[in-house]
Amino acid sequence: MISTLEEKPHIPAAPRKRKVPGWAVAMLGVAGAIALLSITSYQTNFPQLTSSGTTQTAVRLALPILLAGLGGLWAERAGVVNIGLEGMMIMGTWGAAWAGYQWGPWAALVAAVVFGSLGGLLHAIATVTFGVNHIVSGVAINLLGAGLTKYLSTLIFLPLSNNPRQSPPVQSFDTFSAAGLGDWLGELEADQRLFISDVAGILRGLVTGVSPLTMIAILLLPLSYWLLWRTRFGLRLRSVGENPHAADSLGVKVYFHKYVAVIVSGGLAGLGGAALVLNPGQLSYLEGQTGGRGYIGLAAMIFGNWRPGGLLGGAALFGYADGLQLRSGGETVLALVYGVVLLLGVIVVWQLFRRKWFSAAAAIAVAVLMYLLYISLDEIPSEFVSYAPHMVTLAVLAVASQRLRMPAADGLVYRRG
Amino acid sequence: MGHLRGKLLPPALAIVFSLLLCGVALIISGANPLSAFGAMVSQVGKGTTLVDILNSTGIYYIAALAVAIGFQMNLFNIGVEGQYRVAAVVAAVVGGSIALPTGIHTMVIIIAAALAGAAWASIPAILKVTRGVNEVISTIMMNGLAIGLSAYLIRRDVFGELRGNNIRTPEIPESGWMPGISFGGSGTMFGFIFVAIALGIGYWIMMNKTRFGFELRASGESSTAASAGGVNAKKMILVSMLLSGAIAGLISLPELLGRDHTFSLNFTAGIGFSGIAIALLGRNHPGGIAFGALLWAFLDKSGLALDNVGVPREIVTIMQGSIVLSVVVAYEVVRRFELASEQRRVGRELGTVGGAA
Repeated sequence: MISTLEEKPHIPAAPRKRKVPGWAVAMLGVAGAIALLSITSYQTNFPQLTSSGTTQTAVRLALPILLAGLGGLWAERAGVVNIGLEGMMIMGTWGAAWAGYQWGPWAALVAAVVFGSLGGLLHAIATVTFGVNHIVSGVAINLLGAGLTKYLSTLIFLPLSNNPRQSPPVQSFDTFSAAGLGDWLGELEADQRLFISDVAGILRGLVTGVSPLTMIAILLLPLSYWLLWRTRFGLRLRSVGENPHAADSLGVKVYFHKYVAVIVSGGLAGLGGAALVLNPGQLSYLEGQTGGRGYIGLAAMIFGNWRPGGLLGGAALFGYADGLQLRSGGETVLALVYGVVLLLGVIVVWQLFRRKWFSAAAAIAVAVLMYLLYISLDEIPSEFVSYAPHMVTLAVLAVASQRLRMPAADGLVYRRG
Repeated sequence: MGHLRGKLLPPALAIVFSLLLCGVALIISGANPLSAFGAMVSQVGKGTTLVDILNSTGIYYIAALAVAIGFQMNLFNIGVEGQYRVAAVVAAVVGGSIALPTGIHTMVIIIAAALAGAAWASIPAILKVTRGVNEVISTIMMNGLAIGLSAYLIRRDVFGELRGNNIRTPEIPESGWMPGISFGGSGTMFGFIFVAIALGIGYWIMMNKTRFGFELRASGESSTAASAGGVNAKKMILVSMLLSGAIAGLISLPELLGRDHTFSLNFTAGIGFSGIAIALLGRNHPGGIAFGALLWAFLDKSGLALDNVGVPREIVTIMQGSIVLSVVVAYEVVRRFELASEQRRVGRELGTVGGAA
């Protein structure tokens, strides 16, 4: 049989030239977000939207999400889907509490990383060596992580705290604040001037009560970026996630890189667990403490299109929504809906400018719907605010799933030979 | 016979391996594994344990069937957890707010639960079919939302009422209950168990005797071959997801109709994830799932005896987790082994040993 020769070779479209560098886009995004919040807080009379207290809480709540998301990033860039982040995070919380109440917060961090990595190792053995479906292994690890920590807490924490679901209190980190800068920013914040006070409030929240863990987590993000995108090791690791067969033919040790990635992924998730335990408001292990944050970390990573910068944005957004609800309740969160309406307004103008009539019409419809929601409700029920990340993720997936690009061999079982 | 061995050996190996693993864990923590396992086995004859195990088996069985329908065509319905939660609260609210004759009332509650489960599953299904959204991520998100929605619906200013320290939906009147079979002091078996058995038979018939079941399995084996054979992939995804959600909606009904009659904060969570494990253990086969559900229920209910011998009963959860993980590993190892021996056999017959494939 003669195959048709008319088939044209597939020529990929030339990538659009980026006129603006990535960091500039990010800066613009941050400035835009602050401007949006500032206008919203001015129009709706909720200064809490940009207060230093809210920012501080948001940072604290974003940390576990960020770390779990980073864990997801490492694993998925090497082509291993890690639904087991939740279980590894749970193991991290237990490890942090167990080491933390005995030897202090630094030991807690180390133990959390070790415990999380053990979960990662298990996931790697199952998925890489034995070729088990990644989702199946992840679900099993979540079951196993929850069971293991429950068993160990009953065995070890029960005699100490008289409660099988809680550990004895853990010593916290000393926190640092830039006192002089913070006071000056505080004065600016109290002035209630549009934009300037908002920026001051957010900055003050960022420089007050900073714990070493916050610094580590923030540093791990650029470190991961550098390792994964700027080193030979990272290139190999990502090539394993894009096309393991090609990588193997070039002499890249596929199994080795997958193992490293998944173990690091578990360690990062475990560190995220430590961030929960060492949270100043909590300072102990509690059963069910993670509350699905491993999944939210995964969602933040998808929101960020499998890129560290986007991941930071996702974690900040989810942490912010959570922090706002915790600090000032459902009516402030309703003000955010007003902010979304403003954002949609900008999008409508942009889409009209680009002559995308359908997208513009869709954005107008959603904006009207949101505005109706805003004027008809007194507050967003608190039951829903905690699940804002879930709704945002579903919305992002529904709108932009075609534009998201995950590693090409993500979730596929690779077998050498 | 070799075919059967390939099917039965992996679960047996996995269970033995998990027993050994937990035995070692028990020895390390200073307990005697033999006395612990002995206590679990002898617990079956005590009090209401046997009936509790059967009741629990029924619930797990429905959950695993719901998951298995998706698995048949490589669709991961991680969202069974959320679907049955939403269905439970909807069924409880519907059942508690209407008055109908006995029997019809029960039927209406069952239909409401199935519809609610299917509706909740329809969102990820539609997202997958129209927008190509991966169902694993979307169902995980829907699980979170389900917790929020159920918490909202039982708020006192929505549908809930305060009873003691517990918030719950209004109680379903007696006309909506489903009577069980009483064994006196040994407990009462849920009447819904028979529905679970019927579902299992229906599942077997659907998979093996109908065109839909054939298309479902064909899509699971090879989606390209199936679509070449005229199977509409999108329709299959939509229908199987809705069906899976509808069955998931029934998971909470044994307890709701047979014991609790209300949705409260004491709701039994986590059955959806157990269902995934049981469906894997039973390889989506109605008989295998029944065995898996029985094993799960036995571990759950007999585990209570462990507290009496000074062992934390959470060891049972570890055992369940390690059974799932080791059973999937065992299936994979056996599959590879059979593949290799098949290749050798073909190679021998062709006279080119090692050169096959």
